[in-house]
Amino acid sequence: MRLALSGIVKRFGAVTALAGVDLDVEEGEFLTILGPSGSGKTTLLKAVAGFELPDKGQIRLGAQDVTLTEARHRNVGMVFQNYALFPHLTVAENVAFPLQMRRIPGAEITRRVAEALATVELGGYEARLPRQLSGGQQQRVALARAVIFGPALLLLDEPFGALDRKLRESLQLEVRRLQRRLRLTTLFITHDQEEALIMSDRIAVMNAGLIQQVGTPAEVYDRPVSRFVANFIGESNLLEATAAGGLAEVPGFGGLSLPVPDGPATLLLRPEALRLEAQAQSAPCQAQAVVLETVFLGLSVKLRLRTDAGPDLLARIPLRPSDPAPMAEGARVLVGFHPEDVHVVPRG
Amino acid sequence: MSSREADRAAPARRHERVLLLLALPALLLLLLLFAWPVLRLLSMSVSDGSLAQIERAAFDELYLAVLLDSLKIAGMVTLLCLCLAYPVALWLTRASRLGLALGMFALLLPFWTSVLVRTYAWMVLLGRNGVVNRMLRDWGLIEFPLPLLHNLGGVLVGMVHVLLPYMVLPIYAALLRIDPDLSRAAEGLGASRMRAFLRVVLPLSMAGVAAGCALVFVLALGFFITPALLGGGRVIMIAMLIEQQVRELLDWPFAAALSAVLLAVTLLVYAGIGRLTKGGRLAAP
Repeated sequence: MRLALSGIVKRFGAVTALAGVDLDVEEGEFLTILGPSGSGKTTLLKAVAGFELPDKGQIRLGAQDVTLTEARHRNVGMVFQNYALFPHLTVAENVAFPLQMRRIPGAEITRRVAEALATVELGGYEARLPRQLSGGQQQRVALARAVIFGPALLLLDEPFGALDRKLRESLQLEVRRLQRRLRLTTLFITHDQEEALIMSDRIAVMNAGLIQQVGTPAEVYDRPVSRFVANFIGESNLLEATAAGGLAEVPGFGGLSLPVPDGPATLLLRPEALRLEAQAQSAPCQAQAVVLETVFLGLSVKLRLRTDAGPDLLARIPLRPSDPAPMAEGARVLVGFHPEDVHVVPRG
Repeated sequence: MSSREADRAAPARRHERVLLLLALPALLLLLLLFAWPVLRLLSMSVSDGSLAQIERAAFDELYLAVLLDSLKIAGMVTLLCLCLAYPVALWLTRASRLGLALGMFALLLPFWTSVLVRTYAWMVLLGRNGVVNRMLRDWGLIEFPLPLLHNLGGVLVGMVHVLLPYMVLPIYAALLRIDPDLSRAAEGLGASRMRAFLRVVLPLSMAGVAAGCALVFVLALGFFITPALLGGGRVIMIAMLIEQQVRELLDWPFAAALSAVLLAVTLLVYAGIGRLTKGGRLAAP
């Protein structure tokens, strides 16, 4: 079901956790709230789940106003950060719990639990206790428990944080597939920008109790609306330029023809937009630089450069097996970029 | 074990030996002042070379009745403590900082006053002309004083009062270990507060309940001062019987035999509760 938040405010004493949050999650959409710790994203999730009452604002789920509805009547499935599986109940009893609370007949419960466990590939684990499962398995039990009763909304609170990288990636895709198949409206919380980019239909970037930007992963990556968003998502070079008459003056690179109002301007240049040496020859903006540091990443190499006239830059250069060895540290290189790869970050 | 593994195990063993050395004074003290006298006493019960004293203590109808009474009273005290303590423990886990401090203070305050003083205080409160009876009479609720003292009721009140903290603290500790997200998860999945409590919180706190019950039951079984003073001779528990044998009848061997029976029952109760909590889901998560 569609989720609509308007003007949500929550204060804890003198601390404002949520400073007026407006957000719509469309039916069947996977929306990620991305923010650093302390940005208010967990408080927002608790308000939606019904564990915290907002001081102001309205939460609508479908056609219903659920702002004051008790958690148990909201019909919202949630996967907790530490999974919150009931340690004294078996896997099957954990997954059956929401159905038992809804007084569904025993035979149907048995059938649906078997179905749900098969979906998360845990058939045969019915009689185990949570502590006898690995982290990834526990996570899948929590997921099965959160979706078995056909919730109107699925909430995921950093559910991948405790897992190692390989397992995390496979579970991310698994969760994504399940969510698409069930067409579940999903609100996902994370501080991991990479995870947000992989999983989301849209991302809402949150900071200091406010949503800074909502957009598709490509939108928030390519066209961040603030320095915070630009810095938080991906790696970035933020160049301070001075604009006058449609020409932005970047130290070391000269003037760029950009649609910027006069005065100081912040330009975003992603590391992969930078070219080196031969590729830089054809770029309209060029500068000489020294390689300070190189980091080999397999598919690419990351370079920290110091331009002669201006700021330090981060460059990411793709590697192919036939390519010559990456630049040595201390080498002098030509670095350049195309003005169309530059995004002007709005100031404010 | 290869020599390298032996090299690695050596520091751990040395560490263990140092710790044992540090614990030694306390262990010696226990051995000297507790284990030794208990063994001496127990050996007295068979000093005439037969098990006759033990047999009398365990199977004579008169003494068996006292033992059963003691078990019954200990059981009632345990049940009353449990009913009173669980809500208190639950409240303490949810209380504000100030509430917790005040609650803990009220709970631990009795530990700093002697059992004797507290028992006399109950006599002042519950006596024929005690505070309670006088208040009830002043309000016109009763005409003649109620028999609140020198009966089972008086003994139960006094013993529950003394033993309540031993029940509250283990339950509180068990409740504190339960992840608050578990109740939230239960409610989010459709459980009412009550059902979340019954299905999740209560079963997860059973280890604390068992520990509290074991402590209170065993302590209650050997209680002396409170039943002696508040029971007024009408409620006899086994510890009082033992004291009577020693002080009035000077029958040390029989007192020793009664002690042996009490010790055996106590150990049995402990073993029973130990099995109950270790087997299956009662165990702490």
